Amino acid sequence: MRKILSPIGFALGLPIVLIVIWYVATLGATNPFVPKPVELVQEFGAVWFGDRFVGDVVPSLWRFAAGTTIAIVLGIVLGIAVGLNRGLRAFTEPVFEFFRALPPPVLIPILALVLGRTDGMRISVIVLGAVWPVLLNTIEGVRATDSVQTETSRSYGIRGWNRVRFQVIPSAMPQIIAGVRQSLPVGIILMVISEMLYATAGLGYSITQFQRQFAVPEMWSGILMLGLIGYAVSMLFKLVESRVLRWYHGLKDLENAS
Amino acid sequence: MAAPDTVTRVVAVAERRSRRRRLRPRRLLLGLAGIVTFLAIWEIVSRTSLLNPTYFPPATSVASTLVTNATLTGFWSAVGVTVGTWGLGMLVAFALAAPLGIVIGLSSFLTRLTRSTVEFLRPIPSVGLIPLAVLALSVPLQQSLLIVVYGAFWQIFVQVLYGVADVDTVAMSTARSYGFSWWQRVRDVVFPTMLPYLMTGVRLAAAVALILTVTIELVVGTSQGLGYEIGQSRNAALYESTYALVLFTGLLGVAINLAVRFTEKRVLSWHQSVREDA
Repeated sequence: MRKILSPIGFALGLPIVLIVIWYVATLGATNPFVPKPVELVQEFGAVWFGDRFVGDVVPSLWRFAAGTTIAIVLGIVLGIAVGLNRGLRAFTEPVFEFFRALPPPVLIPILALVLGRTDGMRISVIVLGAVWPVLLNTIEGVRATDSVQTETSRSYGIRGWNRVRFQVIPSAMPQIIAGVRQSLPVGIILMVISEMLYATAGLGYSITQFQRQFAVPEMWSGILMLGLIGYAVSMLFKLVESRVLRWYHGLKDLENAS
Repeated sequence: MAAPDTVTRVVAVAERRSRRRRLRPRRLLLGLAGIVTFLAIWEIVSRTSLLNPTYFPPATSVASTLVTNATLTGFWSAVGVTVGTWGLGMLVAFALAAPLGIVIGLSSFLTRLTRSTVEFLRPIPSVGLIPLAVLALSVPLQQSLLIVVYGAFWQIFVQVLYGVADVDTVAMSTARSYGFSWWQRVRDVVFPTMLPYLMTGVRLAAAVALILTVTIELVVGTSQGLGYEIGQSRNAALYESTYALVLFTGLLGVAINLAVRFTEKRVLSWHQSVREDA
């Protein structure tokens, strides 16, 4: 019994204490910027479960999903191609370094010029920001494949697509997954920012509107919504990671045990 | 006695190898060719009106605008605001995250107690806090710092937690049985193990902090740094200037990356991961 209860206690202990402190501290508070927990939860339901869910949350999430999916696929495909070729790697390195270092939000004004204020522009921003962690990690992962494995593949005549499929991708997978992990928060951030500038709908747009109208409780509920989305995405990712990399974690556990 | 001869030969081979790696003329040339190709494609796409040249000016005119900009004091004061906010944000985030990470990471009780809260707070996108910062704080620097510190803090904090978790338990017990105090254990056992992780955290945080600094300038427009200038020049239809500023922001990012990586190499020169690829 203790074995089950103690993790639950640890997981819920601090959050409960913090919420209680928050509740007690704001009981008599009149500061309009500080929300009260009960009010916030009510507001959250009222604001987000209605028209806004279909009108703002779903389009935002759709753009996020489309953008990051394209970024991940593009990053892996390009990364494998560049990672396998030493010359191509040297050729692209400085340009990739530049684009990785460029803060992606500054591309929004430029893409809005070239592509207009469309969904395509917002998805492109997400792609252009989220592709770099995946791409660079894939290159690094492919480059670092075990040379014994590579030579074994060669002497067994495994080449071309088969080598990529059965040797390169599996051995680069931990690195690729690390890249995907870094790219997801970037995708969420860019989803929000691309809606804060030049948009008429979406989560980022709504939150900015609430702020401009001094609708403080609604604004807080928007921040809470973003937090929940971020949390859900990171949980979902953990689930995917533990399936894709099950063999890898198993291997690590064995190594650590010995 | 063949031994001294062998040793000198090994040293000579190693020296030659390291010199060869440092120069790498082929890589350098290919890299340059890559940059030139990129700029050429940009130039051609614009000159041939594949994309409207008003909205997508050619590389050469953007470069000349950048050079003209560099003679103006307004440009450099914008750079100063951006770099200043970035630096201060990094400093505060570091000062908060490193000690907290060590204290929490060293106590398994605190680690378990805070895990769920950290897991929930960390993925909150820091840009979501922008409206809050605008409403609750009135000084532009404070607004930027709230967001930048929040974003950079988690990067460093989580890496420090990983680093402390990686400390060898045998070394820790040995230190304890030799009567090391808590502070001595932190300094002599935990710190060296944690340092590579800490540096990784700093590297990630530096990039995040720059993104957030520029974003706030762009979205809020109260802090008059590079992001603000980008928005302004676009609204004034000075598109070449917009591109020049974006280009410069990217170069600033590269400079920051290089500086952080250089520091990392210096600080970790004794560490295996750096020694191997040096």
